[in-house]
Amino acid sequence: MSSMSKKKKKMSGIQRRNTINFYLYISPWLLFFIVLTVYPMLKSLSLAFTDSDFSGKGNFIGLNNFIQAFTVDVQFKAAFRNTICYVLMYVPLSLILSFFLGWLLSRKVKLLGFWRTVFYMPYITSGVAVTILWGWIFNGTYGIINYVLSLFGITGPNWLGDKRLALGCIVVMSLWSLGNQILIMLAGIQDIPDSYYESAQIDGASTIRQVFAITLPLSTPTIFFNLVIGVISAFQLFNQPYILTNGGPVDSTLTVAMVIFRNAFQYGKMGYASCIAWCLFIVIMIFTGIINATQKKWVFYDN
Amino acid sequence: MNKRQMSKTTARRISMTITYIILIVCAVVCIFPFFWMLTTAFKSTAEAYSFPPTFIPKKWLLSNFSNGLQVADFGLFTKNTVFLVLINTIATVFSSAVVAYGFAKFPATGSKFWYTCLMATMMLPAQVTLIPQYLLYFKMGMVDTYWPLIIPSVLGGGAYNIFLYRQFFLSLPQELNEAATIDGANSFQTFIHIMLPAVKPVSMCVGVMSLVFNWNDFYQPLIYLNSTKKFTVAIGLQFLNSSMGTTKIGQMMAVSLTMTIPVLVIFFICQKYFVQGIKMQGIKG
Repeated sequence: MSSMSKKKKKMSGIQRRNTINFYLYISPWLLFFIVLTVYPMLKSLSLAFTDSDFSGKGNFIGLNNFIQAFTVDVQFKAAFRNTICYVLMYVPLSLILSFFLGWLLSRKVKLLGFWRTVFYMPYITSGVAVTILWGWIFNGTYGIINYVLSLFGITGPNWLGDKRLALGCIVVMSLWSLGNQILIMLAGIQDIPDSYYESAQIDGASTIRQVFAITLPLSTPTIFFNLVIGVISAFQLFNQPYILTNGGPVDSTLTVAMVIFRNAFQYGKMGYASCIAWCLFIVIMIFTGIINATQKKWVFYDN
Repeated sequence: MNKRQMSKTTARRISMTITYIILIVCAVVCIFPFFWMLTTAFKSTAEAYSFPPTFIPKKWLLSNFSNGLQVADFGLFTKNTVFLVLINTIATVFSSAVVAYGFAKFPATGSKFWYTCLMATMMLPAQVTLIPQYLLYFKMGMVDTYWPLIIPSVLGGGAYNIFLYRQFFLSLPQELNEAATIDGANSFQTFIHIMLPAVKPVSMCVGVMSLVFNWNDFYQPLIYLNSTKKFTVAIGLQFLNSSMGTTKIGQMMAVSLTMTIPVLVIFFICQKYFVQGIKMQGIKG
């Protein structure tokens, strides 16, 4: 009896030490989480209902920010339209392209390391320098793309200066630095056991048939992962349009992240910017929520 | 039978040829922009603005580099960036390892809850926390200093890195821990002398990714840095871009090239760690 209670006491001693150690080790992150994540989230929600200026001080104005955003603000509407357009163009294309190239690389090609390096390079260098470079490539008068088109007798458009094409150009630029997604896809495809393909080959299934019957369904967890990450990051598009077009021409590449940046750091409207940030957050949650709800229908977990 | 076998190998050969053709086209698309940056950087202004363009410069000019790098103080920007990159990389590697060790090795009440919170922050768009974060830093007088760019690295170094480390810590045998405890080491000594060396592969991955991320980072420095003498390379480039646009594209490309080369060098040296990082993600888990 006494030995048991002693054991119990000792157990709880270990448990207590574990708990202390746990909180000690995670304390840096915990501090970040509470002070720089949870508090700012709640704070920006409350700012969204105020007319706060650059100092962060302001009066409660109810739903006025939201009313203004949805009825008066032209930039807000353009930005949401453009951002959603961008997401709907970029995300599906990126998934198709990365699956396709990941699959090609998985076909026991020679020099795999070389291809991997080449495809990954644009991803690793995707900074301001490379964005400026793309601006030059898309240049309407001296750009290399229009030179190539001129060889076929086509007079190329002023890509980034054309309000119907500028957003598409940014999609192309983003697709160029797809390397990371391709390699994630490749790793996923390589994880599929060879035995699956072997039995399909015995049944006489063609290569194309094998892709759609084996590779694609078994890659759906990876595709799902890339889809969620892709949607969340695509909604925050900022760098390329900020650097290349500053939202133009005629607001055709203005994104939500840019409108938040302008309102907060150029116009000093912290309250209004918070309101837009929360609208963005809600839209992202709706999108990821829908994706999550459909998960059961198409994501295939092999276990 | 033999005939069938042959047609099968022919089919395989054709499909592999198509595979290689597509890969080569994609590789050209990936590399060509870099080639274009390189040659434009050496062209005279007149040649850069000629149509049809030349693929190889008629005369390789070095003056674009010397002139372009003098437009703004890129030596200083580079020094600032290197300082930030080094501090952030060291801080990220160490702090994310510490936090991940806590999550992986100490079963405590609430650990599951906090881990869920950690994973949820990966889904959070930066804009939602940005403005109050800025106001906080502003109140503490940290705007236009490097603190807002360093503090997140010190405090956990990002959810994704913690996640990577945790996966690896979980795969280490528990005996490693126990052996050290029997030897009388306290948990922090165990962590420093046994665990940290054991997770070196992850540290390399997190380290190189952090190097590249911090070198390229544009959004945070754009928001927090105002005075020119504190600029990083990325902000300096954008400053140059917005002030001279495409009027001196040769110089623009020369500076861009100079600022891209360090990343490419790191990438070529540490390639294997980038690839390992992708493999380690263990998406299925």
